[in-house]
Amino acid sequence: MVYKKTPLMTDKVLSYCPGCGHGTAHRITMEVVEEMGIQEDVLGVAPVGCSVLAYEFMNVDMSEAAHGRAPAVATGMKRLWPNKLVFTYQGDGDLAAIGTAETIHACNRGENITIIFINNGIYGMTGGQMAPTTLEGMKSSTSPFGREADIMGHPLKITELIAQLPGVYSVSRHAVHKPAAVRKAKRAIRKAFEDQLAKKGTTFIEIVSNCNSGWKMTPVKSNEWMEEHMFPFYPLGDIKKDGKLVK
Amino acid sequence: MTEEIIIAGFGGQGVLSMGKILAYSAIMQDMEVTWMPSYGPEMRGGTANVTVILSDERISSPIITRYDTAIILNQQSMTKFEHTVKPGGLLLYDPNGILHPPTRTDIRIAKVEAAKEAAAMKMPKGFNMIVLGGLLKINPLVKTENVVKGLKKSLPERYHHMLADNEKALMRGMEIVETVHDL
Amino acid sequence: MEKEIKLMKGNEALAEAAIREGVDGYFGYPITPQSEVLEYLAAERPWLRTGMVVLQAESEVAAINMVYGGAGTGKKVMTSSSSPGVSLKQEGISYIAGAELPALIVNVMRAGPGLGAIQPAQADYFQATKGGGHGDYRLITLAPSSVQEMYDFVHTAFELAFKYRTPAMILADGAIGQMMEKVTLKPQKERLADDKIKELYPWATTGRKKDAERTFITSLDLDPERFERHNHALQAKYKKIEENEVIVEMLNVEDAEYIIVAFGTSARVSFKAMDLLREEGYKVGLVRPITLWPFPKKEISQLAEKVKGILTVEMNAGQMVEDVRLAVNGRIPVEFYGRMGGMIPSPEEVVDAMKQKLIGG
Repeated sequence: MVYKKTPLMTDKVLSYCPGCGHGTAHRITMEVVEEMGIQEDVLGVAPVGCSVLAYEFMNVDMSEAAHGRAPAVATGMKRLWPNKLVFTYQGDGDLAAIGTAETIHACNRGENITIIFINNGIYGMTGGQMAPTTLEGMKSSTSPFGREADIMGHPLKITELIAQLPGVYSVSRHAVHKPAAVRKAKRAIRKAFEDQLAKKGTTFIEIVSNCNSGWKMTPVKSNEWMEEHMFPFYPLGDIKKDGKLVK
Repeated sequence: MTEEIIIAGFGGQGVLSMGKILAYSAIMQDMEVTWMPSYGPEMRGGTANVTVILSDERISSPIITRYDTAIILNQQSMTKFEHTVKPGGLLLYDPNGILHPPTRTDIRIAKVEAAKEAAAMKMPKGFNMIVLGGLLKINPLVKTENVVKGLKKSLPERYHHMLADNEKALMRGMEIVETVHDL
Repeated sequence: MEKEIKLMKGNEALAEAAIREGVDGYFGYPITPQSEVLEYLAAERPWLRTGMVVLQAESEVAAINMVYGGAGTGKKVMTSSSSPGVSLKQEGISYIAGAELPALIVNVMRAGPGLGAIQPAQADYFQATKGGGHGDYRLITLAPSSVQEMYDFVHTAFELAFKYRTPAMILADGAIGQMMEKVTLKPQKERLADDKIKELYPWATTGRKKDAERTFITSLDLDPERFERHNHALQAKYKKIEENEVIVEMLNVEDAEYIIVAFGTSARVSFKAMDLLREEGYKVGLVRPITLWPFPKKEISQLAEKVKGILTVEMNAGQMVEDVRLAVNGRIPVEFYGRMGGMIPSPEEVVDAMKQKLIGG
């Protein structure tokens, strides 16, 4: 594949581990902004986690948020600038653990924002601790013998939960480990942004991603592991489309 | 002139709104006012009291322990506040439900049969206006015309049809108030 | 034009002031004794009057982060709460201070610690004036002692917050919030137009102009050397505020032999205590810090040269008294009288404390 770098990514060297999905997710988000020609009207919110420095890489106006609070920060922005396109970019610990209340309530109010949710089943930045989305039996530094549901609780399918809320217009799950998947994810982001500009309500995109260093695997192996273990529990595809749940 | 007033009774007797009307009336004649309720869970059904301070000057403490005037509308409040009236001050009460009428001789004491009269007039909501009328007869702190103006300002417009009744109750209070002890 | 005068609760006056100040957004969460702020706004529907956004958030935490989000875009935004709720907001306030954003936070204090009591207290003085959240930062802290000041300080707080790009707090207490007094209202100010915001506040994130640098709002910097420089810049700003923005009221200090220092409701009580003491022939004055930070150190230090003693009166276990003692620096006795748990001192108690601790002692 031949890439032309979008000018909406800065020249700063990405701080992500080689093989990680964050870089691709950043890039396609910015490509969509470029292709839609809406850079002057985009406001992004970065989380706490591996993508804490997302605002250094995405070359649009952005705000860093406290851990878990991105949907509240985005709410403040969007309510005061209803004609801007506002998106959050959050990991699983940020969105589905510490920020669960902010996530659910922003979605339940139908805040007209787009949430891009990177789910790699682990806390990457702090060194591979168990996340709310860590699979049963999956090892992490705080579940070194594998997640035991009766002690540590079950992995949380927050995306399916969010799809139930009436304020949410669309929910879909994607991956960015293969070109075809990337194209699909990018189309979904574009559709979400278009729906937001049409004031349809909350649009929510999950990207299941690998974390080769947190999972302690090579990039190639981690992608295989993701397909074998993550995708069966977190199946890709539409969950809610144009305001209706997909069966 | 500074007048420090306590109005005390049961929640639901219109204690707080009587204070509010008095405060608004004073504003109508360019005075400074402070209306300080005791707030908290006791508001619901228990005792309610409000301090109202009217003055020509900047008002100092909203929290006071001694009053120029006490308006007392139940026995608990009588027990609590009779002794807090400054010597030479005024205690006005409604004898309804009062087991131990005030006994002090160094203050003025007056009574107004407001509960009884409100029932007779078939205006249960006019109770506090009858009391206020009684107060203003004994101690004309604010002009009657300003009470009417104040009432109009403090009531939302949807209640303005009740202004005439309130005025009637106010006048009635002025007629029926009796001095019990004078100095 | 005839003056517009109303009888209002402190909380209501604050809410009306927010509308008339041209505030763009209020984000709140109910808590006694300040729920009237949100209730008043909900009833007034300022979105119809001025376009102001009012939103009941899911928590105090969410509310302060909505404020952070809005403030970063150059809008005039605020939140209000009471002690336990303000504790929850501390993380967000630290981020707002760190990212150098203007915003107004209102604390209508109740008694603590913990869930405490809903009656008035002043026990959040340390929290407000010493930072409150993590990191080296300060909040401009204004302490109203009347309903009129509750109204007026909304304007003062936003003026200072935008002048220095730093959060400001109105530190009131349940008594000021719940009592009603006469308020002179000011005419409605227009909210700033979006284009004006872009022009006035180039630091705000309002969308990256073609071929322009992007702006971003953050309190994070992983480079410690650069981050130390940022901290120095913050401290320099705080120094400038300390030098230029002290507001203090002084009553009867010219001939005073003794001084009471008190703020908010305690200052009102002390005002009466001063009058009572003067009636008895004691030469007592009152110093009322209106900005608790920056604290009127210089003014109190100068008074320490000429008076015999200072009594600090607070509704807490003795917090501001530490700042008074720092200003006095051991030159004269500084005594303390306080009530806690939701109790308000009476003027007579303050009179007795002054006599026992200073005049007679």
